[in-house]
Amino acid sequence: MDHIVGIDLGTTNSLVAFMEGETPVVIPGDDGSNLLPSVVALDGNSQPVIGNAARRHLIETPERAVYSIKRLMGRGVEDIQDELKLFPFRMAEDLQPGEVLRIKLGEKTFTPPEISALILRQLKRNAERYFGGPVTKAVITVPAYFNDAQRQATKDAGRIAGLDVLRLVNEPTAASLAYGLDKKQNGIVAVYDLGGGTFDISILKLHDGIFEVIATNGDTHLGGDDIDNLLITIALDDIRGDLGLDLRRKAEAVQAIRQAVIEAKIALSSQAGVKLDIELPAGKRYQREITREQFEQLIQPIIERTAGPCKQAMKDAGLKPEQIDEVVLVGGSTRIPKVRALVKELFHREPHTDLNPDEVVALGAAVQANILGGGSQATENMLLLDVTPLSLGIEVAGGVTDKIILRNSTIPASATQFYTTQVDGQANVAIHVLQGERELAKDCRSLARFDLKGIPPMAAGIPRVEVKFLIDANGILHVSAREQRSGKEAEIQVQPSYGLTDEQVEGMILDSFDNAEEDFRRRQLIEARNEAATILAALEKGKKSAAWGVLTTDEKKQIAKMEKALAAVHAEDDYAAIRKAIDALNQGTMRLAELMMDTAVSTALKGKSMDEADLGEGPTAPHPMAKAEFE
Amino acid sequence: MRAAHFCGSCGKVQPPAPVDYFTFFGLPPKLNLDVAALEKDFYELSRRLHPDLNATAGSEEQQWSLEQSSMLNDAYRTLRDPIKRTGYLLHLEGVALEEQSKSATEQARATGEIKKQIVPADLLEEVFELNLELEELRMNRNMGEDDPALVAEIGKQKLALESKHEALLDELRKCWAAWDSLIDRSQAGSAEERAQVTGKMVDVLNRRNYIRNLVRDVNAALES
Repeated sequence: MDHIVGIDLGTTNSLVAFMEGETPVVIPGDDGSNLLPSVVALDGNSQPVIGNAARRHLIETPERAVYSIKRLMGRGVEDIQDELKLFPFRMAEDLQPGEVLRIKLGEKTFTPPEISALILRQLKRNAERYFGGPVTKAVITVPAYFNDAQRQATKDAGRIAGLDVLRLVNEPTAASLAYGLDKKQNGIVAVYDLGGGTFDISILKLHDGIFEVIATNGDTHLGGDDIDNLLITIALDDIRGDLGLDLRRKAEAVQAIRQAVIEAKIALSSQAGVKLDIELPAGKRYQREITREQFEQLIQPIIERTAGPCKQAMKDAGLKPEQIDEVVLVGGSTRIPKVRALVKELFHREPHTDLNPDEVVALGAAVQANILGGGSQATENMLLLDVTPLSLGIEVAGGVTDKIILRNSTIPASATQFYTTQVDGQANVAIHVLQGERELAKDCRSLARFDLKGIPPMAAGIPRVEVKFLIDANGILHVSAREQRSGKEAEIQVQPSYGLTDEQVEGMILDSFDNAEEDFRRRQLIEARNEAATILAALEKGKKSAAWGVLTTDEKKQIAKMEKALAAVHAEDDYAAIRKAIDALNQGTMRLAELMMDTAVSTALKGKSMDEADLGEGPTAPHPMAKAEFE
Repeated sequence: MRAAHFCGSCGKVQPPAPVDYFTFFGLPPKLNLDVAALEKDFYELSRRLHPDLNATAGSEEQQWSLEQSSMLNDAYRTLRDPIKRTGYLLHLEGVALEEQSKSATEQARATGEIKKQIVPADLLEEVFELNLELEELRMNRNMGEDDPALVAEIGKQKLALESKHEALLDELRKCWAAWDSLIDRSQAGSAEERAQVTGKMVDVLNRRNYIRNLVRDVNAALES
């Protein structure tokens, strides 16, 4: 069966995992590391490099590298202005409003899904190397609070990478699967997930293998990145004040400072203080001590922002902190002691910290991949019932949002709306779909504008167009429409407010330079040829054995025929033909193999040692002519 | 009788039948409902209908599984909540429940219809005064001032509203009993009998929604 892998496509690091027997395991990269840094760069030959190799470029050639691309997934140019102040994203100059973002890497431009696809492809290759076969199906995790456009962009990235994305799973929910696989307990669990760029809180009810999300909340732009940016800003200000050096536009220096503050941040989780010592241009140095106390004061406003979503989620779930049985921590930023203290304060209990916060999401994705693939003993009875994080609404007269699917509704979920015409003979009706909690359409996120077309000509108010909105198990919206009086399916033209069209995605698919499948076929062919050569050689030896004489003339003729057939195709490029000829010859020489074995046994009984018996070498297992093993 | 969600011989997921939510769960259209049993049924059906467990099925079956499980979720979400359940039953009975929401008001305004006046007449005076007080409170807060006496007065009114809310829920439960006993009769009651009960429910629900919105406004004003 095909391997379905689970992928955690993170802001800072990405991982791929799968279920090995009854346990989810992370598949390491060729450098032996479980974490693939979510960094993409273009090398001097305009070839993409990913992960640790790309990190080097961040400092040496920052204009050819990009990190934290997840922050830009499914977003428009107008809603990333804040990010642009903090992140060195270089936008293509010719970007039009409403167009999908394009990032400059050296001389090329890429959309965020394309950059994510390069990361996914690397993970796919890591898995293929591990399995020795192609990997085409995956479950990919997304922040629970991702909206429709961000989810769609992630799915597009999978497709561009040559992956069939069977399911998008929310990160905290995935983590709960990994947690629940170990602890087969019923109860209420909260998952607090503070990663590199996103924050999620999900509250689940675990009940005999059913993982039912009751409420979810979050902030898709809150995470360790924000702490890093704060520290970078402080350092840059210091340097400007003390050394009179304005480095804000010096990308190389900023990246060097970034690396240093990240290291300091990590060290401060286990040390009481740390000394920043950064080499700057013009032979200057920036040195500064940071105590943990100072650090905690600095980050307080950032981590405090997780409190609101936590309280809202508990309110939506109708639960008090005391009613929650366990709080599970996920995401690298939950290693910060101050974050743990905040969680304790919010939920009135010590959080559960046994899980590796970097890996648990990927492991959970592997569990979900296993469930989707038909399950196993370990995942038997396990089922995830997730919710939509944001309400779905329609813009009605007066620019007001009419909510038709409320947040925290279990998905799949649907709603049906009826539309009519305002003018005689009107053939089109425009529908604006929104996502968010605010009353006014302009304050919600625009998902898409639809035109219902081809409504049969009728007097105003007579047509009755039934529009069905369905949020699937990935949290992605589907719309269908039917005019009820004529029974005609109304045509829907979807203009996603942010995102790529199907055609655009099609044109981006990486197979033109993705050789993984081709490599695999090539490898398969070479192995078959080797196997053919081995079996032909073994047959030559077999012909010289005593057993050969026992065969009938007919049997020998048959074998000779099959031998000829294999010899004829074995140098060809046709894997299937070689495989078929090998299998045929294997079948045809079965009796010869048995006879040889008998001869071997009787020879052995006669007191001869095995070495003296004329067995021939035999091909490698599993060929039936394999050398018999004796104990 | 529960709707046939699966093939009788092969057990495969079938396309959803156009049934109401009660029928989907094989329940009579009654308003007193065993929520624990409903949850158990919901979990059981989820284990068979959910797309995750039909991911390896044919594409047609996957589509059916998607439609069936969205209907299951919609039905469960509606029926497990007593207010939503009542609203849904009224919808099935063809009774429109006047909405308190802003969008309903806007919609009525846009289409030029007159929105039904649904401030319960006996509450008019009280509500008028409460709104004045809330306005005063907001103004005070905006100025950075606080009037403890006003806050205490509003708090008292809030308690009164909450007990009114409770009383309305009691009244609603009586309506349920009246409705359920109609359903239990062989003819499920005459049209007039049904209309009498549903009319009462509409009245109670409208009042209840109104009071709930007031409590929400008061809470928002006090917390601001």
